[in-house]
Amino acid sequence: MSARRIFSRPARFAAIAPYVWMVLFFLVPFAFVAKISLSQTAIAQPPYTPVFSLAGGWSSLSDAFAALSPDNFRLLLSDDLYLSSYLRSVVVALTSTAILLLIGYPIAYGMARLPRRWQGIAMMLVIIPFWTSFLIRIYAWVNILQHDGLLNQILLALHLVSTPVVWLSTDSAMYVGIVYSYLPFMILPLFATLTKLEPALEEAAADLGASPREIFWLVTFPLSLPGVGAGSLLCFIPIVGEFVIPDLLAGSKSLMIGQTLWLEFFTNKDWPVASSIAVVLLVVLLLPLLLYDRLQRRQLEESR
Amino acid sequence: MADDIATPEPAAEPTPSPEPRPDPQPPILRIENVVKTFGSFRAVDGVSLDIRAGEFFALLGPSGCGKTTLLRMLAGFETPDEGRILLSGEDIAQVLPHERPVNMMFQNYALFPHLNVRDNIAFGLRRAGMPRAEITTRVAEMVALVRLEGLEKRKPDQLSGGQKQRVALARSLARRPQVLLLDEPMAALDKKLRESTQFELMELQRRLGMTFIIVTHDQEEAMTVASRIGVMKAGKLEQVAVPRRLYEEPASRWVAQFVGDINLFEGEVTAREPHRLRVSTASAGELVAAQPVAPIDESKVAVAIRPEKIRLALRRPAGDAAAINCVEGIISDTSYLGGKTVYKIRLDGGAAIHAAQANTARLDADGYGLNQRVVAWFTPDDCVVLER
Amino acid sequence: MAAKSSRLSRFNVASLTLGLAFLYLPILILVIYSFNASRLVTVWGGWSLRWYHEFFNDRAMIDAAWMSLRVGATSATVATVLGTLAAVALSRGEGFRGRMLFSGMLYAPLVMPEVITGLSLLLLFVALEAERGFWTVTIAHTTLTMCFVAVVVQSRLVSLDRSLEEAAMDLGCDPVRAFVMVTLPLIAPAVLAGWMLAFTLSLDDLVIASFTTGPGSATLPIRIYSEVRLGVKPEINAICTLVIGLIAVVIVIASLASKLSSDRGESAAPL
Repeated sequence: MSARRIFSRPARFAAIAPYVWMVLFFLVPFAFVAKISLSQTAIAQPPYTPVFSLAGGWSSLSDAFAALSPDNFRLLLSDDLYLSSYLRSVVVALTSTAILLLIGYPIAYGMARLPRRWQGIAMMLVIIPFWTSFLIRIYAWVNILQHDGLLNQILLALHLVSTPVVWLSTDSAMYVGIVYSYLPFMILPLFATLTKLEPALEEAAADLGASPREIFWLVTFPLSLPGVGAGSLLCFIPIVGEFVIPDLLAGSKSLMIGQTLWLEFFTNKDWPVASSIAVVLLVVLLLPLLLYDRLQRRQLEESR
Repeated sequence: MADDIATPEPAAEPTPSPEPRPDPQPPILRIENVVKTFGSFRAVDGVSLDIRAGEFFALLGPSGCGKTTLLRMLAGFETPDEGRILLSGEDIAQVLPHERPVNMMFQNYALFPHLNVRDNIAFGLRRAGMPRAEITTRVAEMVALVRLEGLEKRKPDQLSGGQKQRVALARSLARRPQVLLLDEPMAALDKKLRESTQFELMELQRRLGMTFIIVTHDQEEAMTVASRIGVMKAGKLEQVAVPRRLYEEPASRWVAQFVGDINLFEGEVTAREPHRLRVSTASAGELVAAQPVAPIDESKVAVAIRPEKIRLALRRPAGDAAAINCVEGIISDTSYLGGKTVYKIRLDGGAAIHAAQANTARLDADGYGLNQRVVAWFTPDDCVVLER
Repeated sequence: MAAKSSRLSRFNVASLTLGLAFLYLPILILVIYSFNASRLVTVWGGWSLRWYHEFFNDRAMIDAAWMSLRVGATSATVATVLGTLAAVALSRGEGFRGRMLFSGMLYAPLVMPEVITGLSLLLLFVALEAERGFWTVTIAHTTLTMCFVAVVVQSRLVSLDRSLEEAAMDLGCDPVRAFVMVTLPLIAPAVLAGWMLAFTLSLDDLVIASFTTGPGSATLPIRIYSEVRLGVKPEINAICTLVIGLIAVVIVIASLASKLSSDRGESAAPL
């Protein structure tokens, strides 16, 4: 037994309450999503059949099992609406992640090169918007991008355009919103990796004759790849399922999968189809989720 | 030698150092055949050791030799896989740290940053349920002991390195532990401060009459503070002895080389005379050494001689001295170290030896120059014959 | 020759400045427009508190705000307790059964699309035949935010010098007391920061609340969202400014706490 073990016994007791909570409110609900994704819509409360009920005894339970069918998934595959939604989500998420990386990396790099005492302040400045309401920040952009909004007023005043440009309800508005909302998630992991880099490494590279460009591409960038991975996953995964930003800023011509799910659930009241959309979305995200989990775990082991 | 390292040194030996008398009482701490493995790595590999009450004992060894693991087992942070640890006759190997009458001073001090000096020192006393008035007295006593008066209200990060070290010492002494464990207590101090702190620590230990066990990788520190030293290598105790014997009668080639500088001549025993051994060496011809106390059984041995016990001259000494242990060579390197000068001499036999000469005169009267041909010799009594 | 300490190139300075401007300008514009007297959002009609009056007379909005504050405070408190326990278990409990699943369950909600989390919780509540309203939203928010608390507190626990806990045990504390006497005071700022983060996340959430709430108990984001869908209203600017002000207070407290924490040797960033 070691000192760590002496501590680990009571620490394991600490796990009980959060463990039970997460199993009950995070893991078990997925079972319900899976089950209802195999059910049929009904005009009832709740709006699906079959309804499992223990009161009906074993025979009603087995009847209910027999009534489950993969019809919803057939629908998802056959209807273009769903496939294009998934595709659009993944394309939007990939594009946004790339833009975020392009914008976030120089900022994180600049922060990492600040003197120590300024770094903390810079980090606070990046985190604060993350604390202020997500919805409000999207709404702020609606203010700016609308037909007679600030952006068009400025453009008109500067005579850069002669008539107001349509910004709102376009993909560019959506990308602005996504980049704006997720920028801190990209910057922070990058910054964390870049500050941990020894300045001596860059100095050594310079000493050995590398130009600033070579130093960056041969030393700094390769060593910051774990941060690039973490930041990209931290942005990519939630963007795929994003609802608020495309709903408020993008047009309604093509929907992202989060919007489709929302539409099926709230407007069409089709809970089974909404559930099957969620199941497929989860499957799509499984690989990046596992990658992310591995990264988190490795980071935890390293910092020990 | 390998077997008797566990038991206290026999006192009747004719050694120049003052061996402690055998203690009629049982030892305060007895370590019996303790083994600790981490995975497949045997960090501590069958160590047995007795420590007497009032002793200042040092565990000395290179990093990774298992000395810190052994200390942490005494504190209770690690539990031995095998063996027993008896404190005042009671097996404490499985006792949790907070239930042991043993305290530890941590290498980085581990002062609680949210508590001031006074509360840090009182921490252990409060846990022991000592009455408030008594705590106040004891803390004042401890503050005076380590000369921290006036700093009681300071937080650890408002203290200098030396002050932190003294708070850590006071905190671990406050509970009056039966044994105080010190894990590299001076590693974070600079050289000058370390030296004065070593003497303060010795003074304190003598005054309190407490049992101290210190872990260090610094042999000078071990020799300065400790009354007895256990040298560890790869999880095993190589030798346990008073500092002087450790230096003058190392038990093995490894100890001889780890503690101080030494010249080794590998060879074979050619003749065993009363009190003397003749050893034929490849690099220095025939050498004569005093017969060690423990008889030499092996024929392949090493003759070891400390650099400062080698005498140098430009010509062979006259008389008997020239007949034995006299080698010739060329000075290939000199290092002036202030109190002494160390010469590296390439012998005619091919080997290189170190010889140290005390610089007794201020003016460079007796120095030797580079490439100068010199004669080096030493007496049989200054040689040690090593089997292991 | 440039001073050695300044490793900032012109490019670094430019990207920092532009980045921060991008992050802050929209919020600043929103705050300024909330004081606009004009009904037309785009026309500046002078300074006025008119829209704040409007908000304080809007019964439905006030109810929603009150609901959000109660959900935020309750869920943040429960999430802080559970998240701190989880962080302790992750950083101090060596391999226990199901540790992989446990850490997976704590990390996944951080990135899980909110539509999935919201939908799955709703289906659970329906199956349990729970009445939807304050408690269902609170439970849902607790589930999400405790993971953030766990991450914040855990990063502090991992950076804490383990020998401090050993020293406490050496001086007579059993492991639980060592935690209470030494570890807890040292991680307190991170725990506080965790609470603040949980509170603001709850105050902010639209999607999960939309799924898990019942009729007649809308939270502030749900109301704001339904207003915004109908177009920009100056009153919303005022509400948003109030929320930003509240969050700014929270941030000041949290950063003071984290400064306190960094004075104790280690820095505890809010995330």
